[in-house]
Amino acid sequence: MIPLFQPALRHGLLGLTRLLVGARASWEGSAPADVPRIYFANHTSHLDTLAVMAALPANLRARTHPVAALDYWGGSALRRAVAVGCLNALLVDRTGKATAEVMDAMAAVLESGQSLILFPEGTRGDGTVAPFKSGLYHLSQRVPTAELVPVFIENLHRVMPKGMPLLVPLICTMRFGAPLQGVEGEDKAAFLGRARDALVSLSRPASQSNAQSNSQPASQPSDQRTTR
Amino acid sequence: MSSVINSVMTVFTTTEPLFLWLSGAALGLLVVATLIGAVLAHRVKTPAGRDTVRNLNARIRSWWVMVALFAAAMLLGSVVTLVLFALLSYLALREFITLTPTRRGDHAGLFLSFFVVVPLQYWLVGIGWYGLFSIFIPVYVFMALPSLSVLGADTTDFLTRTAKAQWGLMLAVYCTSHAPALLWLDIPGYSLPPALLLLYLMTVAQLSDVFQYVFGKLWGKTRLSPGISPSKTVEGLVGGGLTAVAIGTGLHVITPFSPLQAAGMSLVIVTAGFFGGFVLSAMKRDLGVKDWGTMIEGHGGVLDRLDSVVFSAPLFFHLTRYWFT
Repeated sequence: MIPLFQPALRHGLLGLTRLLVGARASWEGSAPADVPRIYFANHTSHLDTLAVMAALPANLRARTHPVAALDYWGGSALRRAVAVGCLNALLVDRTGKATAEVMDAMAAVLESGQSLILFPEGTRGDGTVAPFKSGLYHLSQRVPTAELVPVFIENLHRVMPKGMPLLVPLICTMRFGAPLQGVEGEDKAAFLGRARDALVSLSRPASQSNAQSNSQPASQPSDQRTTR
Repeated sequence: MSSVINSVMTVFTTTEPLFLWLSGAALGLLVVATLIGAVLAHRVKTPAGRDTVRNLNARIRSWWVMVALFAAAMLLGSVVTLVLFALLSYLALREFITLTPTRRGDHAGLFLSFFVVVPLQYWLVGIGWYGLFSIFIPVYVFMALPSLSVLGADTTDFLTRTAKAQWGLMLAVYCTSHAPALLWLDIPGYSLPPALLLLYLMTVAQLSDVFQYVFGKLWGKTRLSPGISPSKTVEGLVGGGLTAVAIGTGLHVITPFSPLQAAGMSLVIVTAGFFGGFVLSAMKRDLGVKDWGTMIEGHGGVLDRLDSVVFSAPLFFHLTRYWFT
């Protein structure tokens, strides 16, 4: 029965996500493209995966797999149906017992030309970005051709702060940054620091405003924003 | 379903000639605007001009969608119209609170604002309980929200946080809800559907904005207040405002007003609409943003499009209620 409802459930979940948090995509350093990518994002709330998926164009969404914890999302048939059936999630064992298998599964997705969404902090933060776990480094070593695209999730920690059961609807923007360039002979710590910096640098809008949608022609003096 | 069809049919049959005239006029305006936009897109050469025309055409495209949505809601009846405005209030409040710094202690109060205050306010409007919907947010919510926040025991920016949340609710929910409240006014001797009063308010307020933009772009020279709203000009305000008053006077046929009364009402709507837009622009400058949001292509957010209605709706509602019911 469950597979029958999955398309409807998927549309319902994505629609509800947009109604609650907007889930607007802002492509600031990269453009949407169907190439193998590792989207790595800051982990702010339970809604992160849904918000990033809702922000992706439909054709890319179908070929993008969020990496989710097996112990939680594989816990019941319903959770599995939502995670795997609706959101294409790749369920991984995060106990550390099956590291090689996890790496194989993630690499297989990238090698088939599809993309992954990772949250390298490993845990939900309070609006600041915690140091990255090493999985991102090992995966990038394993599949060096995959593009590493930082995705800064803005505002979502205000929607559902850790430990708060209630949700406040606010407009959340996913800022897609420029792919990380490879550096020859870089060690793990340097790579992870650089990846984290790339993500943090997106936390302020590139062009401090919604200038594309503005109502003033470029020839007019801009508003007071810059003088503040 | 059949009741929906019935209500649509009733509107069609009782007001058929009027309905055809109004929808014909709206369609005509949109078609003319679209044609002008297409011609301009071919003629414009400078980069700055291209930006303006691109934005103009985005605005016109959005107008098609907004007019279609509004017309569909009105045809489907007062409950659907009420739900549409409740949704607009929710989206406008979301834009306002997104740009307002909030803290952990505000969380419960904000949750209630979105999911209890918004539905309750519109429910009170829908059951026609004027005595309560007109004081619910300014009196009861005004006291309840800070009472809830104070339990968070966080005094950082307490006054600012409380004031901003209250302003968001007053603008996005309280003031806006007075527009659909027009549908529940019982005006003796007025036989047309009350939806036409709402249409009147929206048409005059929005056309005032549109013509202020058009006059400003064509003949605008004297900036009204570059520090607050760089695109507003004296020529735009006077030309656009007078055009909207003229249209509002002509539209007296869909209202219970005489031509002179309609002119006065239009002048109130245009003046309040201007100050609404101006005040909300000052708030945007204070918050350091250009637009409230990005939902409506070319216009900005829902609050950017509603800013003139926010101030004019309560005034128009009270003037009509006081003198005509």
